[in-house]
This record gives sequence, C-alpha cells and structure tokens, in this order.
Amino acid sequence: MKRARLARLACLFVLGLLLTACQRNDATAPWQLTDISGHMPDLAFALTDDQGKAVTASDYRGKVTLLYFGYTHCPDVCPLTLAHLHVVMQRLDKLADGARILFVSVDPQRDTAEALHAYVTAFDPHIVGLTGSPADIEALTKRYRAAFSREPGKAGGSYEVSHSSGIYIFDASGKARLLATPEDTQDKLVHDLHLLLSPGGAT
Amino acid sequence: MKRGVPWLWLAILLPLQAHATQADQVKASHGWIRLLPADLPAAGYVTLDNQGSSAATLVSARSAFYASVMLHQSATDTAGGSSMRMLDRLTIPAHGEVSLAPAGFHLMLQEATHPYKPGQTIDVTLDFADGSHLRVPFMVRPANAPD
Ligand SMILES: [Cu+2]
Repeated sequence: MKRARLARLACLFVLGLLLTACQRNDATAPWQLTDISGHMPDLAFALTDDQGKAVTASDYRGKVTLLYFGYTHCPDVCPLTLAHLHVVMQRLDKLADGARILFVSVDPQRDTAEALHAYVTAFDPHIVGLTGSPADIEALTKRYRAAFSREPGKAGGSYEVSHSSGIYIFDASGKARLLATPEDTQDKLVHDLHLLLSPGGAT
Repeated sequence: MKRGVPWLWLAILLPLQAHATQADQVKASHGWIRLLPADLPAAGYVTLDNQGSSAATLVSARSAFYASVMLHQSATDTAGGSSMRMLDRLTIPAHGEVSLAPAGFHLMLQEATHPYKPGQTIDVTLDFADGSHLRVPFMVRPANAPD
C-alpha cells in the first residue's frame, strides 16, 4: 500500500519535472495565444481606410492592432470572426479604446472604401476597413505569410477567394506579438488583449 | 364483413407509410440568416434532423427573397487558408442530424429581391432528392450576431 503510494508520488514528481521543463518558457510568458514575438516583421503598410483616407501603419502607433485578412463577399467565415471580435471588444469594455481591428481586403477590385465602410461598421466601431492596390495588398499578405488566391467561380463574373484565417496581433509600438487562429477561444483573446492593453501590462 | 375493415385500413395506410417523403421525415430547427449590409451575399444556417429510417438528401434551396440560393461549404486548407465551395447535394443520414452552422455548411443567399431587416423571419424552401419540399422559417439576425 505505502509502496504503491510512494511510487505514485514519485511518478507525479517526475511528471511535474517534465512539465516544468516543457513549459519553462511559458512560466515567464503569460500568453494563451501563440507568441510570435521576433518571428514576424513589425506592422508596415500604406493603404486606404474605409473613410477613403490614405493611411500607413504609423497612424496606428499607440494602438494595439489586430490584423485580419478577408473580403466583404465572404458571408460565412469573415463575419463569424468579426462577430467574435465584436464580443471580445465588448468584453474588454473601456480597454477596447486602445485597440483597432484592421480588416484588410484581399479583394480590392470589389471592396471599395465605401463598401468596406458599410461592412465593418455593421460589426464593431473598433474595426477599420483597409483596401488598396492589388500589389500593396499582396505585399502585406506576403509580409505575414498570409497567402491568398483567387479562383474564377462558376457563375458569370464571380470568383472565389481563399484567404488566411489567422489574426495577427501587434503591440502599441507596432511589434508583432501574437497569432490567434479560428480555433482559439474568445477567452484567450480577451486574456491576452487585456494584458497588452492594460497600463503597465506586458509591453 | 366487419372483420375485413381493419385489413382494409392497413392496406390503405401501409403504402402511405412506405411513401413518407424525405421532407416529411426531416425536422428543421434553429434557422437563421446573418444579414450583411448593402446587397452582399448572406449566409443561412439551419439544423436538419432526419427522423426517418432512410437517408434524406438536400439537393437545392430557394427563397422568394433571393434570386439565388446555393449550398456551400467553408473549409480550411492545410496552409490555414479559408475558402468556400459549392455542393450539389447534402445527405442527412437516417436518424442523423446535419447542422448548417458558421464555418461549415451554409446556404449562400445572393441578390436580395425584397429589402428586409433583422428581426424579420423569411421562408426558405428546401428541395429534397425525391422531389419533396420543406418550407423553413429563417430568423434574420444582424451581421454581428453571435453564433
Ligand atoms: Cu458561401
């Protein structure tokens, strides 16, 4: 009896050591999303916002930014992501003022500033729609290895767009910090954004 | 004579039972549409519960509110890309359930023919492989409705 218990304790102890060894990095990093610090370049772009104004990444310095690629003729996955982000913003309450969601269209031919404006304002006031020349947008997707492709659709003139579904999160100085995938829960996003947005929090 | 009556009833009822249509055996619930601004395509979702002992196959859908309704599936590829593809049919197995839900199966509704707003309910007709139809109410919800 005693021996069995000892053996079990020993197992737990070894298991604990193993876990500690594996999570050594996590002990100092408080993130629940994927930490991409140092693995992705700083936020940089020159595009047009949904008000029709020319903007660059420096216009968003001082804000924590969430970069997401999508397009307005995407009725299923893009709205689901933006609706989730809307809930996340609501849960962050006042802290959400320090955040901007940058919804970059990978379908700039159809997504004019006006079209984007109607689309993003239907979801949340913290979302900014960004469009631009196909070359500028492609450069941005390549910068974050967020490949996208366009295939002609079956109906006349329509086409389908495949796009990356990750959300890239940058801190207030424009440094890439975290990557959220569609599988990540709202709780994880709220947790990590809370840290990034809190005064004196992780910067 | 009196004895013959129940048998007569059976003779009438059995063929009816055998010919229950696919639409008869499918129960639709939680129908809703995520309405987007302008005339952007919208996605429709619904849970289909097949209570019959044979499969039911959805082959098309239509609505008086849209010029085009297609059956779509969103999928994530290995590179993490997301895209949609059109489906010709969707089979609901016997005693099985198939959910059309965000980031999976959905009805792709294009070119609205009448303006309508969140809070309203619009009908969508589902067509099954045996030619039977099921009229389903879909609640219209705003773009940022949680799923
Ligand atoms: Cu679709």
